Amino acid sequence: MQRITNTGVISLPSDSVNDESSNAPVGFSCPLPLPAGGRVLLGHGSGGKLSAELLQQVFLPALGNPVLDRLEDQAVVSLNGVRLAMTTDSFVVKPLFFKGGDIGSLAVHGTINDLAMGAAKPLWMSVAFILEEGLEFDVLRRVVASMQAAANGAGVQIITGDTKVVERGSADGMFINTTGVGLVREGISLSASQAQPGDAILVSGMLGDHGIAILAEREGLKFETEVQSDSAALHELVDTLLAATHEVRCLRDPTRGGLSSTLNEIAGSSKVGMELDEATMPVREEVRGACEMLGLDPLYVANEGKLVAVVSADTAARALGALRSHPLGRDAQIIGRVTKEHPRMVVMRTVFGTTRIVDMLAGDQLPRIC
Amino acid sequence: MKYLDEYRDAKIARGLAAEIRRRSTRPWVLMEICGGQTHTLMRYGIDELLGNSVELVHGPGCPVCVTPLEMIDRANALARRPEVTLVSYGDMLRVPGSETDLFHIKAEGGDVRIVYSPTDAVELARKAPERQVVFFAVGFETTAPAHAMAVLQAERLGLTNFSLLVSHVLVPPAIRMLLQSPRNRVQGFIAPGHVCTVVGVGDYEELCREFHVPIVVGGFEPVDLLDAIRMLVCQLEEGRAEVENSYARSVQYAGNRAAQDAVERVFEVTDRKWRGLGEIGASGLRLKAKYAAFDAERLFGLAGVRAEEPSECISAEVLLGHRKPTDCPAFGTRCTPERPLGAPMVSTEGACAAYHQYRRHLVTL
Repeated sequence: MQRITNTGVISLPSDSVNDESSNAPVGFSCPLPLPAGGRVLLGHGSGGKLSAELLQQVFLPALGNPVLDRLEDQAVVSLNGVRLAMTTDSFVVKPLFFKGGDIGSLAVHGTINDLAMGAAKPLWMSVAFILEEGLEFDVLRRVVASMQAAANGAGVQIITGDTKVVERGSADGMFINTTGVGLVREGISLSASQAQPGDAILVSGMLGDHGIAILAEREGLKFETEVQSDSAALHELVDTLLAATHEVRCLRDPTRGGLSSTLNEIAGSSKVGMELDEATMPVREEVRGACEMLGLDPLYVANEGKLVAVVSADTAARALGALRSHPLGRDAQIIGRVTKEHPRMVVMRTVFGTTRIVDMLAGDQLPRIC
Repeated sequence: MKYLDEYRDAKIARGLAAEIRRRSTRPWVLMEICGGQTHTLMRYGIDELLGNSVELVHGPGCPVCVTPLEMIDRANALARRPEVTLVSYGDMLRVPGSETDLFHIKAEGGDVRIVYSPTDAVELARKAPERQVVFFAVGFETTAPAHAMAVLQAERLGLTNFSLLVSHVLVPPAIRMLLQSPRNRVQGFIAPGHVCTVVGVGDYEELCREFHVPIVVGGFEPVDLLDAIRMLVCQLEEGRAEVENSYARSVQYAGNRAAQDAVERVFEVTDRKWRGLGEIGASGLRLKAKYAAFDAERLFGLAGVRAEEPSECISAEVLLGHRKPTDCPAFGTRCTPERPLGAPMVSTEGACAAYHQYRRHLVTL
């Protein structure tokens, strides 16, 4: 008897240049090779399976090195004994303004969160604007003011930037690219490759708010909803969690591709299985309703102010209490556990007591969600 | 959520499953027709809940899956024409034709749009008179009324740049074909609730009488499906063969007259090819001659685009219930939702894709 697998495995060098990469995963699941002469599809930006293919087939073979190969949300490097975290992100969300945020605050929050998931205190950011000819100054001023407010609120300084303008039609108003640099907390090393059987899996709150808030404003889909984007900077929530327990293995923010894609990444990196409990999934009634209407699963819908934490079973209750003590984590839940069984697969225990697989997002659900 | 949570209630579901297991004296072979029902059965693990009391076989009721290869090729050919905006439901974009799919044509510069409603395509045509807007009209009796309404609306607006690429199929002729097969194993059918909401249950009474087979109209939530299965098992155990309605909150005996009228005004019955099953007589719809001006196949001369299925795919055997998706040597290896070899692996409502998405952790080779 053998389990079915649709993936081969490629091995990447596990040599490490410093202590940060010693936990590097030695294998990544790898689907069939990209077809020769193919083209980029919208789905390659989905954060799901096609994005993973692009990484493994194009970027890593050419650019791979022990730091990049870890495929964490941020790179951690040591410099004269100081551990720095660095991340970069691009924002192409459509529309530019939405309930609960805009492209400016989203760019700041997203960058901070990628640093925070590596237990780094966010310090500095760069911002590069790609502006479309004809963009109204009013729009640009609103976005910049929103960035400033978000950065101030988080104690982050925007210390360098760049502006390019492209012809009308070459960008949809504006795109923003950022870099973030932060200082990693002493004595803590988080990685998606560290989940261990028995660990508890937590989420910090309601799932799918951001994706549904964006969708509700899209041409052709417009519907009335009270749902707001959950866009928020999570570094303080992370501080609260890490103060409560040092047995946090891994933190991730489930953005594009949703919770399911994030958990599949962790399960893949750690070569463990996961079992989720359907009854514990925190999803707002309005989000459930919108998902029913649109044929979406909230577990695949993007979040911009939530984190997933894998913590030791012993400290799960303390971790949950810590998350719930912070306003951004008041709806936190323990949603499942890490297992030895079915490695690299995330399985849901349904409310009926049956099981089903929770797979990574295949194809594209909604382009330009962040 | 009202009208939903009560149909996903674990206690009610377990009670129904227990009753089915208690009543069933042998593993009755039951087929659900609709892909939406297949998806629910897999997602909630209803098969796991029922154990060996019934064998569930998944019928040819996913519209994406049964759309024939050459129809996909025709849509692809249209999407490549510079003057055409091809509009479709999202799922159709991933369906592989002989060479490529609509997502790739879009990436190459084809104007391909996704809508939730065909009337959005009419609106696109109205706003862009210089474009030829073609809506890829696939589906069963459920989507036909909306497609008919789109044509009537375009006619009312006097649009000359809107047309349909029609690939409509009808459920009862496919059930008849299954029942006429000498290899048929299916002993009872869960009829598709939304199809019956539109057309009523008359056609199913005819099938029931002719083949002495029990048919229960079923809904799409787990409790709906368990209730339909329970009613089928009761009929089989008691030796009855009747049409019963377990989805009375949506289905009325005569169906929806207004929807039927719209379909009758615009469409007529025709022979259709089904992906995986081949040609079935009088199993589809085409535009009436009066609406030929809205027929993309005629407007763009597509009849010459023909294609045959790849031979490795066993979809016909799966859609007919002779084999399980996991019996296929290509399942999960050469055939995956990312790179489907055949129709049932394409849409999440397809039997192979549903198994792959939700059940492969339980599968052993």
